[in-house]
Amino acid sequence: MNRETLANTVILAALAGIPVLAHLGGEPFVITLATRIAILGLAGVGLNLALGHGGLVSFGHAAFFGVGGYAMGVLASHAQAWTPLATWPVEIPGTNLMPVIWLTAILAAGLLSLVIAALSLRTRGVYFIMITLAFAQMAYYFAISWPAYGGEDGLSIYVRNRFPGLNTLDPIQFFAVCFTLLCLTLALMSRITGSRFGLLLQATRQNPARVEALGVQTYRIRLFAFVLSAMVTGLAGALYADLNRFVSPSMMSWQMSGELIVIVILGGVGRALGPVAGAGLYVLLENQLGGISDHWQIFLGAVLLWVVLFARGGVLGMLCDRRSADG
Amino acid sequence: MDDPLLSVHDLSRSFGAFLACDRVSLDLRAGEIHALIGPNGAGKSTLIKQIAGELAPDSGSIRFLGRDVTRLGTARRARMGLARTFQVSSVVPEFTVRENLVLALASGQAGFPGVWSRAMTDSALTDGADAVVARLGLAHRSGIVASELAHAERRKVEIAMVLAQRPKAFLLDEPMAGIGTEGSAEMTDLLADLRHEAPVLLVEHDMDAVFRLADRITVLVSGRVIASDTPERIRANADVRRAYLGDGPH
Repeated sequence: MNRETLANTVILAALAGIPVLAHLGGEPFVITLATRIAILGLAGVGLNLALGHGGLVSFGHAAFFGVGGYAMGVLASHAQAWTPLATWPVEIPGTNLMPVIWLTAILAAGLLSLVIAALSLRTRGVYFIMITLAFAQMAYYFAISWPAYGGEDGLSIYVRNRFPGLNTLDPIQFFAVCFTLLCLTLALMSRITGSRFGLLLQATRQNPARVEALGVQTYRIRLFAFVLSAMVTGLAGALYADLNRFVSPSMMSWQMSGELIVIVILGGVGRALGPVAGAGLYVLLENQLGGISDHWQIFLGAVLLWVVLFARGGVLGMLCDRRSADG
Repeated sequence: MDDPLLSVHDLSRSFGAFLACDRVSLDLRAGEIHALIGPNGAGKSTLIKQIAGELAPDSGSIRFLGRDVTRLGTARRARMGLARTFQVSSVVPEFTVRENLVLALASGQAGFPGVWSRAMTDSALTDGADAVVARLGLAHRSGIVASELAHAERRKVEIAMVLAQRPKAFLLDEPMAGIGTEGSAEMTDLLADLRHEAPVLLVEHDMDAVFRLADRITVLVSGRVIASDTPERIRANADVRRAYLGDGPH
């Protein structure tokens, strides 16, 4: 077992173990923190495919996070008000069933990202960052000016959505749902990054001219990576809204996009469990320092600066050595 | 004689007022090494970029395997069988030698690349990669990351990658550049061998290598072809001598 595998095992074991202990010790708040880590980690795992493996610095992933959140909010609000979502051409009812909500969130984020990526991927570097930001801001203002679903005030869902056979209002059971989805996504990502597509994606990040000269259209590789990445972040958005039982335009704000990037960078760009480690660090800092001062992000800024200057591989980069293309 | 594999007809390209490529025509026939020489700034790289599809010509046409490819993108031409190396060795820096070759083989497979089965344990890819690595004498360096290789070795990896593409034609942009005397002797042998795989359009400054390898030589000066002939006649050509003596690299 190499060091990265060991570090990954420890991270996942800690993330699974601590809430169980908290549950036995009757500390539901700790379980909620761990759930937040799992969800933000999942969002980061999504972003990491585009940013880490593909080198696509998206400053607009909050749009997909938010779309996932609104997929949950819209479906669940219709379910709780017993009103149909649409009456034409067929009547579509709302739902409070998690798997249906997740699938909707994934599809909605996928469709939106397909449009955004198809246009944004014609640019490179700082223009790509700016155009993804611009699209996310459009989504943000769209959400704000949509009164049917709460507009600026957002949308509250009074009861957490259902998962067959579970009591999702029990913190530890909802955590188990989120943690399982995180692990499944990590397994999927491990297959994808080690596949021929993954190899081409990493090569495209490092040397697109070579990949084109080998006969592969890098645009298609990037497009696919971006859409997959957005789908995972969209799923995380649906869970995040369910955790808070609330969705608002702030999920789509540029600050949220920034938080996701920070999470990926803190943990280690391009490393499988980097975003999970990053989310852990982020939530702990927010929780510990937030108690000291409302301006806790000053300290976060200092930590980020330190990582960028002295520990380019993030937390995992410090613990492990070079990653390999099939790792 | 057969139709040429690759033919360039009246190709022109300017950058602002500067005419980098002025009605250039040349062709590449089966089994040959066709060298393209000329002083710095003669437009050799501009021509190679247009042939590879990285730069669009202002006018003129390029035919490859009997098809007009002037408007096709780089990847499409590469997939038809046009393989190229770059002036500065272009490999994937963070990949090992073996990963670079698996990449080259995976790129050649039809359709959108698979997202599920692992590339580095797929014997359909790794066997081929190992074979090319061994053929170029890089087997002992197989696990080394490309950015840590010596310059001459990285150049060999790039050649190995284009070999793995099993192309119909090679475009090689200064393969001898910066690899030292010993390296270029070895590279000359390697290039002589490439001819048996597919014809080579070779841009090169190393005249010893050019005259040893080439079946035909085209001389480019200020974006224009001033001569195109056998090595013996090029050596004796007065215009070529004048161009090289008066207009040589500064």
